[in-house]
Amino acid sequence: MSTRIFGSGIKRREDPRLITGEARYTDDIKLPGVLHMAVVRSPYAHANIVSIDSSAAQAMEGVVAVYTSEDIGDGLAGLPTAWLIPDSDLKTPEHPALAKGKVRYVGDGVAIVLADDRYRAQDAADAVVVEYEELPAVIDPEEAAGEGAPLIHDDVEGNIAFRWVMGDREASDAVFDAADVVVSERILQQRLLPTAMEPRSAMAQYNAATEELTLWCTSQNPHIHRFIISAVTGLNENKVRVIAPEVGGGFGSKIPCYPDEALVSWAAIKLGLPVKWTETRSENYLITIHGRDHVQHVEMAAGNDGALLGVRATVYAGMGGYLSTAAPGIPTILHGLLYVGPYTMGSVFCESIGVMTNGTPTDAYRGAGRPEATFLLERMVDNVARAIDMDPAELRRKNLIPAFEDGHEVATTLVYDSGDYPVAFEKALDMAGYGDFREQQAAARAESRYLGIGVTAYTEMCGLGPSQVAGAVGFQGGLWESATVRVTPTGKVQALIGASPHGQGSETTLAQIIADELGFPVDDIEVIHGDTTETPMGWGTYGSRTTPVTGAALAQASRKLKDKARVLAAHLMEANVDDIEYADGSFSVKGSPDQAQSIQDVALMAHLAWNMPEGMDPGFEESQFYDPPNFVYPFGTHIAIVEVDAETGVIDLQRYIAVDDCGPQINPEIVAGQIHGGVVQGIAQALCEGVIYDENGQLLTGTMQDYCMPKADMFPNFELGETVTPSPHHPVGVKGVGETGTIASTPTVYNAVLDALAPLGVQQIDMPLTSAKVWSAIQDARS
Amino acid sequence: MQVAITVNGVLHERDVDPRTLLVHFLREELDLTGTKIGCDTSQCGACTVHLDGKVLKSCTLLAVQADGAEITTIEGLAENGQHHPMQTAFWENHGLQCGYCTPGMIMASAAFVRDNPGASEGEIRHYLEGNICRCTGYHNIVKAVKQVADAAAGS
Amino acid sequence: MWPNKFDYARAGSVDEALSLISEDGKYLAGGHSLLPVMKLRLDAPGQLVDIGRIPELQGISANGGLTIGAGTTHDAIATSADVQAMCAALASACGQVGDQGVRNFGTLGGNIAHADPASDPPTVLVACGATVNIRGADGSRSVAAQDFFVDLFETALEDGELITSVSLPNCSDCQCAYVKFPHPASRYAIVGVAVCLKMDGGTCAQADVAVGGATVKAVKCAGAEAALAGTTVDEAAVNAAAEAVKADIADWLAGDIAYPESYRQQMAGVYLKRAIAAAQG
Repeated sequence: MSTRIFGSGIKRREDPRLITGEARYTDDIKLPGVLHMAVVRSPYAHANIVSIDSSAAQAMEGVVAVYTSEDIGDGLAGLPTAWLIPDSDLKTPEHPALAKGKVRYVGDGVAIVLADDRYRAQDAADAVVVEYEELPAVIDPEEAAGEGAPLIHDDVEGNIAFRWVMGDREASDAVFDAADVVVSERILQQRLLPTAMEPRSAMAQYNAATEELTLWCTSQNPHIHRFIISAVTGLNENKVRVIAPEVGGGFGSKIPCYPDEALVSWAAIKLGLPVKWTETRSENYLITIHGRDHVQHVEMAAGNDGALLGVRATVYAGMGGYLSTAAPGIPTILHGLLYVGPYTMGSVFCESIGVMTNGTPTDAYRGAGRPEATFLLERMVDNVARAIDMDPAELRRKNLIPAFEDGHEVATTLVYDSGDYPVAFEKALDMAGYGDFREQQAAARAESRYLGIGVTAYTEMCGLGPSQVAGAVGFQGGLWESATVRVTPTGKVQALIGASPHGQGSETTLAQIIADELGFPVDDIEVIHGDTTETPMGWGTYGSRTTPVTGAALAQASRKLKDKARVLAAHLMEANVDDIEYADGSFSVKGSPDQAQSIQDVALMAHLAWNMPEGMDPGFEESQFYDPPNFVYPFGTHIAIVEVDAETGVIDLQRYIAVDDCGPQINPEIVAGQIHGGVVQGIAQALCEGVIYDENGQLLTGTMQDYCMPKADMFPNFELGETVTPSPHHPVGVKGVGETGTIASTPTVYNAVLDALAPLGVQQIDMPLTSAKVWSAIQDARS
Repeated sequence: MQVAITVNGVLHERDVDPRTLLVHFLREELDLTGTKIGCDTSQCGACTVHLDGKVLKSCTLLAVQADGAEITTIEGLAENGQHHPMQTAFWENHGLQCGYCTPGMIMASAAFVRDNPGASEGEIRHYLEGNICRCTGYHNIVKAVKQVADAAAGS
Repeated sequence: MWPNKFDYARAGSVDEALSLISEDGKYLAGGHSLLPVMKLRLDAPGQLVDIGRIPELQGISANGGLTIGAGTTHDAIATSADVQAMCAALASACGQVGDQGVRNFGTLGGNIAHADPASDPPTVLVACGATVNIRGADGSRSVAAQDFFVDLFETALEDGELITSVSLPNCSDCQCAYVKFPHPASRYAIVGVAVCLKMDGGTCAQADVAVGGATVKAVKCAGAEAALAGTTVDEAAVNAAAEAVKADIADWLAGDIAYPESYRQQMAGVYLKRAIAAAQG
């Protein structure tokens, strides 16, 4: 028996084209005669447009056309919001592709320029003269929801786009009123810039004779892009082809359909020429969605014995100037439902208020709602520990849900699929040497050195998700996936999937699933994705769902093929189906091991169809639609050890331990990579990343000079461990792992820093924990 | 303005607008799109190439400044059809995910290890401050570079 | 982003450069300070005169003191044995500019002409008493580094003038160091401190201190220098200097919303102590 491919950390099948520069991302694709689009963008966060004079721009060398909202007229419908939260009094203000009369954030598009070269297009965009009447702007979501805030959309009263309530307020009050201890904190979940390394790009080409539009774009979900582009352009959906070629990371920021994709499509149709647009990084920071942006008022109730009784929060979630594609779902469904975490906590309540502001629209950013929930939970658990003078690890240990294998319902109404939180927890504590650390910490404090440790126990919900649930919570789409396993006559496999991976290594992991099911060598399996014409319908790659959902579809399609192969092999070997044994891609007859048909032999015979069993169709291809019966719930425990230099406020992250359980690991190296990357993104939120606007809504962190992207020298090597608890409802037991690192790491590092600062009397600092803020907090506590 | 630039061993003579950045010359004029653009402030390193053997952020040089120079891009790093050891190490160590920073990361690391065989993990992490990756958390990139650095020191 | 349109001319000599430069022109050396600004369209000169290939602007000569051609790259300075021997602080500062790619092409002349207050070399030049040598249509002149840096992105250069070289005294007998607190995003200095201590036996005969990053320009710090001179650079003297340096820079403070002036001012004291410790090896 050869080594099982499932579970093997093989090299990625994607990499040969990526390490040689041969991969083609959107901006790498050239079309003859292509025009370049530049967008004239608002320099104001909130202003009326008085006039637009494009005459000088029109006359410039190489300029083909300049268009404003007026020129587009009803040629493009407004961009839709596709997550309509029920029972939340949701308002969906119009989001035109180019501003009509008013701009609502810095970067809002006002006009487009089409020119023969991108330098010239930008020159002409700079030459468009727009007169604005500046209006007062508001950025802070709590302030925007308050009295007297400037009104951003006339039809969104009080700037409140929705108000979502989870749980019973009175029941929550009763728990809190009766509790021994109530701790509270105002938590700022600062805005973050997703910063996929590949900026967004879109290129459209229209064939007037066939009425077909092809759009290449940086998309995590080309089928959703097709759906929306069809809706906004009015083209039939079967005449729109969306291709997501190589995509350089997304982290949620390439889920939404943006004005830019609609505009290149419209301009390509209008001019009959291909049109390309690629954002610069400065533009990306202004217009591509931001993440997080919550102001949270949080309370937790506990007993003096350390029993966690309840959590509740009022959340002001900044939506920015318009409601982006999935925005309303992030601070509601994907947030509140995580309030129990891994604890036996009986009472949850959340009121989440979606607020229009003059910031860049926000939407899903890696973790999307769940990091914001996990942070508040873990922050409050540490506050309870401090309030009752209990070790924070001990407090967590006392409250962890005991192991369960097949379903555990919690107070948020979610039914967790499987978990063994205590095992992962103790493993992480062992790896960290938690007990010894506390001794080192005490010794260091005696020398005025400030060491701290942070422990996060988490579970999260991913692998989105049952479509029935999607419908019930207002998601304007399904959340199933489909896949086709197509075997050629020579026994090579094409796996066509509707999801659209963009860095996750799914071409490798999904091939490993098929190889494991059917016995084809993994190198004979090509996973094909990212083209709506070539691939079956799918809802995209986000929410850590491609391995659990598409993987399940592929496993089931493979099993159908195996069933067919078994029958055909029996027929070819003139044996009874019940006597057929399968091992490593070969079918043999029980008792006659010399008689065998390889999967490749069977595939060929199925294609030739010279000798098929009665009633069996020719060909060797199966498709599967897979709608998951539940989410999957990975879990684990992360631990960080830091030292704070009290003289400067600089934080040294010394160790980071992550024990994660995502079920059986298909490719442990890829799992580790997802955790490494996710952890760094989450740590960066705690330590260095954060959008800063000035009082006029100008973005002060508009380049990588000011917005602190994490760099290699900020981190130690990570120490990873795992436990394996299969999902009971999944065909191969796997859970998602794309977001766990981001979800767990922010509170881990934050709590470690606050633990280090405890003897100095520091109790709270807004993220990110820059040295300046840490230093100031130390000074304030000392004075 | 007329320039003559040798890229990956091939001399290219072109008439360029003086404001053309080298990275655009490579990508647009020569269709060598392996070199990427990830920022506009010379920070991310996605555009890293070698100019006369030295690491350069090709978004921060005009094509006219490179007149007469020899450039190596990611497309020209392999020799005789064999991956450069740094390419191999990135592949073997899962040193990439979306791949967008990877050409610059490999070009920068290849030059670093050439000049600093046996570099320590700390030196590697410090050196990589000029190259930003959003996917990998750097862990496996550092591992890949260390593998090549160790091998270079041993040879 | 990408630059606005401009005319381009390549000069083969300083004389030719001076004759080519027009009213709205700028000199282009390595371009690693100028091009980023032009790409963001924060600056749009109508003409660039490329001085990157002028032989007389290249190289480092050590003749009693150091003379560094304006077109010498940061990397060449950082790795020069002469500079390491005669002004270790400058080698250190140039080795901390940007990253390796920037240091390979960015030049000392370009750097100081740009006069970014958070850049590293100016602080050392001011501390170590460097002289900036300049050519213009009217001939040559030399300006002390301390007078060369006038204000935020502002120097003593007149229109059309070109920096040809920078001269430094031999500092090989001094204890000198440059220590930097890098901004985590840009890696420019939140504060950078250069110290140069001339020791006579156990006593500090002369102390030179300059601070950058926290200030609109590199500032020479007389109070800190006075606190160190004549002492054995003991703990009390170092603490006194660390206090004094905050007053020295009080009129020149610069900051941003993430790292405000008040913080940078305090950090100047902390980093002066660290710079002295580094200088003492």
